[in-house]
Amino acid sequence: MSKFPNSSLAISAAGGTALLLGVAYGVSTNGYGEDRIATLQTSLDEARAAFTAQSAETGDLEAALGDLKAATVAQMAELRAAAAQQAESAERQIAALQAQLQSVPSGAAQPTAEPMTAESGQPLNLGRAALPEEIAAWDVDVLPDGRGLPGGSGDVLTGEEVFTEKCASCHGDFAEGRDNWPVLAGGFDTLADEDPVKTVGSYWPYLSTVWDYVHRSMPFGNAGTLSDDEVYAITAYILFSNDVVDEDFTLSQATFSNVTLGNVDGFVVDDRDEVEYAQWHAEPCMANCKATAATITRKSTDVGVTPADDGSMAESFMEQQLAALGGVEWGKERVAGSVHMGEGGVAEDEPVAQVANAEAPVAIKDADAPDPALMAAGEKAFRRCKSCHSVGEGARNKTGPHLNGVLGRTIGGLDGFRYSNAFQSAADAGQVWDNESLAAFLANPKAYLQGTKMSFAGLKSEADIEAVTEYLRSFGG
Amino acid sequence: MSNKTTTRRGILRGALAGSAAAIAGRAAANPDPLITETQDWAIYTGDPVDATPYGLPIRFEADVIRRNVPWLTADPISSINFTPIHALDGTITPQGCAFERHHSGAIELAKENYRLMINGLVDQPLVFTYEDLERFPRENHVYFCECAANTGMEWAGAQLNGVQFTHGMIHNMEYTGIPLRALLNEAGLGAAGDLADKWVYVEGADASSNGRSIPMEKALDDVLVAFKANGEALRKEHGYPVRLVVPGWEGNLWVKWLRRIEVTDMAVESREETSKYTDVLADGTARKWTWVMDAKSVITSPSPQQPITHGTGPLVITGLAWSGHGQITRVDVSKDGGMSWETARLGRQGDSKALTRFYLDTEWNGEPWLLQARAIDETGYVQPTKDQLRDVRGENSVYHNNGIQTWALAADGRAENVEVS
Ligand code: HEC
Ligand code: HEC
Repeated sequence: MSKFPNSSLAISAAGGTALLLGVAYGVSTNGYGEDRIATLQTSLDEARAAFTAQSAETGDLEAALGDLKAATVAQMAELRAAAAQQAESAERQIAALQAQLQSVPSGAAQPTAEPMTAESGQPLNLGRAALPEEIAAWDVDVLPDGRGLPGGSGDVLTGEEVFTEKCASCHGDFAEGRDNWPVLAGGFDTLADEDPVKTVGSYWPYLSTVWDYVHRSMPFGNAGTLSDDEVYAITAYILFSNDVVDEDFTLSQATFSNVTLGNVDGFVVDDRDEVEYAQWHAEPCMANCKATAATITRKSTDVGVTPADDGSMAESFMEQQLAALGGVEWGKERVAGSVHMGEGGVAEDEPVAQVANAEAPVAIKDADAPDPALMAAGEKAFRRCKSCHSVGEGARNKTGPHLNGVLGRTIGGLDGFRYSNAFQSAADAGQVWDNESLAAFLANPKAYLQGTKMSFAGLKSEADIEAVTEYLRSFGG
Repeated sequence: MSNKTTTRRGILRGALAGSAAAIAGRAAANPDPLITETQDWAIYTGDPVDATPYGLPIRFEADVIRRNVPWLTADPISSINFTPIHALDGTITPQGCAFERHHSGAIELAKENYRLMINGLVDQPLVFTYEDLERFPRENHVYFCECAANTGMEWAGAQLNGVQFTHGMIHNMEYTGIPLRALLNEAGLGAAGDLADKWVYVEGADASSNGRSIPMEKALDDVLVAFKANGEALRKEHGYPVRLVVPGWEGNLWVKWLRRIEVTDMAVESREETSKYTDVLADGTARKWTWVMDAKSVITSPSPQQPITHGTGPLVITGLAWSGHGQITRVDVSKDGGMSWETARLGRQGDSKALTRFYLDTEWNGEPWLLQARAIDETGYVQPTKDQLRDVRGENSVYHNNGIQTWALAADGRAENVEVS
């Protein structure tokens, strides 16, 4: 930081000073600039002091001149010229400082005063060069401006088919969300409401994010299996579901930049440092901090409602602000001294060593050992069911009932699971799951039991059905 | 006997009488059989060494476990659970009970199958193995990792009755790792030109392939590529074998199973930094890139899961404080819902961007209290009240709720999560 020379300053510096202080004030809410501003202010104060001292000195000189009448007019002129020169140089310095101040950024990614560099140390020559194929395999992100999009294309109608097959079981036929799985469409103009519905149409700022996320992370439990054309088609369909494009729209690299999402201007870069920090930096009050004594306005135990048995995804749930939930009184449980353990946990007297084994795979019951390849295929196929169903030790009802011992079990026969009416009727009729009924159900759930709430399109391949059936059989039945 | 002596005797006698009275108050009616009778553990031998080659806590501590809120999620594969902070003391969180948050479940990734790629605007794109990473100079640092959604369920009012659930999306570990800047230096940042407006995009190897953009300034500052926590390998659920540590910033950036670091010229605007981890304000606009976790504190005992069971008299009030801006310099405690405050004692001088333990050693005479803690960090930031936060942000932010928590302590020693005027 350059300082003012200690010599002298002329009158004209005062105007510059006021201006400079104005600039300093304008950016002083920016935490980053504060140090620099402090330094600048110190410099200014010093400069002012120097100026005052200099004026005094000049005054003395003039008095001496008057008294002795020895000084020449030329000497006076020289003094004035020097003062003018000093004024000019001070102005230049002030201009430079102002420029520096204005360059102090207010955004989140603030550069440091020094140019940024990585560590200056010598590289260690560790690692190896990444090959182009490797980079291509992993570097798949798509930037807001469309860089990173691969070739290919997909239209709304194709997207609808793929979506129905691969996504609708969780997200709904129209991406409207089902069983509390994330909602992808609708929610327009709700962001300022009590419970905003944040969807691609109502909230997401960039189309690139939809393409990128569907491509890398969906379908849930089977990520990264969609072809580029499928991702284009699904993305086009999600846009259509959100009224962003018409039915005949085709998405590709070429049409990408024609689409702008509604909420693109709905975001501001973190401004807590300007909006909040100043008011929360005051010396805190220690006594008599409120006008009246604090009273309780809200109690968590008043909120108590039964936990939902089908629940929802953590964050979408939080986003709904969980208005009417709460219920479980953990504190009381603790007061009563009871040990709270989940299913499959430790019973009081089980030795610790056994706890470590609790995760051991469930033994396969069937005497005539099942074909390991078939089991492996079944386990793999079951990944498509896992988000709703659990099996094995500690299995519990989730969105769907647990499937331990399902073969030979009454259809809709588990106590404690709320089945659809369709399932209840089957249960009343005493129907039982066997190879045939299960195969028919899994091939097309909605056709086999009209009105079922199992939101799953069905397993297309007979091999998968057979494998999954054998896999389920290994958990009893 | 001189008067003087008598006087001194008198004083002595008085003092003795006082302590006799105190002893009477502590008198036991009957001898304690735990002392007078020889106990089994004093007769028979205990477990041999190796009874548990890797020890778990003794079974009496079986309730000091992570818990989730069953109704919060349909599916524990993309879900969160909570650290039992009510039952811990000190500052270090044992890995086995440190909260988990997965987007596609906790994967098993062996060290020999681990690869880390650095690409994008670098001079030489590189691939590292786990062994390569172990050959870089490494550092040790203690940092807290807090999910941006910690306390997120409390925006609309007091809701979950337990500090584990209101504040348990946090843990604090000692990490061993390599500064990210060393890896970036290895690949060379010449190709990136002016670094001031550059970013790194970091991405995980799991099916969610969670990815986030971090400004270069932070990447070159204190970000670590970590492979040990509290002295041992990271746990599977925390990203074994390698995770990113982004000190003071929200947990979602701490990418687990770190597989790729890309230098970019703009933020990727991934799903996790647009649809999620953005904070909706009352007017419907949203803040983005709200990375820093502001100063926050909470009393962990007494609290709803940790009632006072010992009756009146000496009481230790304790809790945790932390700030993403640096060190905690002071914590105040109020017993009357914020009317008056006392400054608590710090367990030890806090580390920057790490949990700091505080204690208030006090007396409880059985009266109801409205307990609060208020953290102050080295920048002078004072933890705001929930109402102050709501005045600025409304109730729909989901993330970054660092408001002051109130526990209503009742005469029976129980504490409840409440809000006060
Ligand atoms: C088995 C259920 C399931 C299926 C099938 C599924 N998803 Fe998802 N989807 C989820 C879950 C769970 C999440 C949230 C994941 C998380 O938060 O980590 C999600 C999130 C999303 C999101 C982001 C939502 C948001 O608001 O951030 C999009 C977009 C999406 N899915 C699209 C799809 C598409 C397209 C398909 C079909 C190719 C699909 N999903 C198939 C369960 C599913
Ligand atoms: C999106 C959630 C979801 C997915 C995915 C899903 N199911 Fe279901 N499943 C359900 C629900 C809900 C029910 C209860 C149906 C009803 O009440 O109508 C159910 C019922 C069942 C039943 C009958 C159980 C009984 O007690 O009668 C079987 C068997 C079954 N599912 C197997 C499967 C298999 C195998 C898969 C994977 C190939 C699968 N499901 C995928 C949600 C799902």
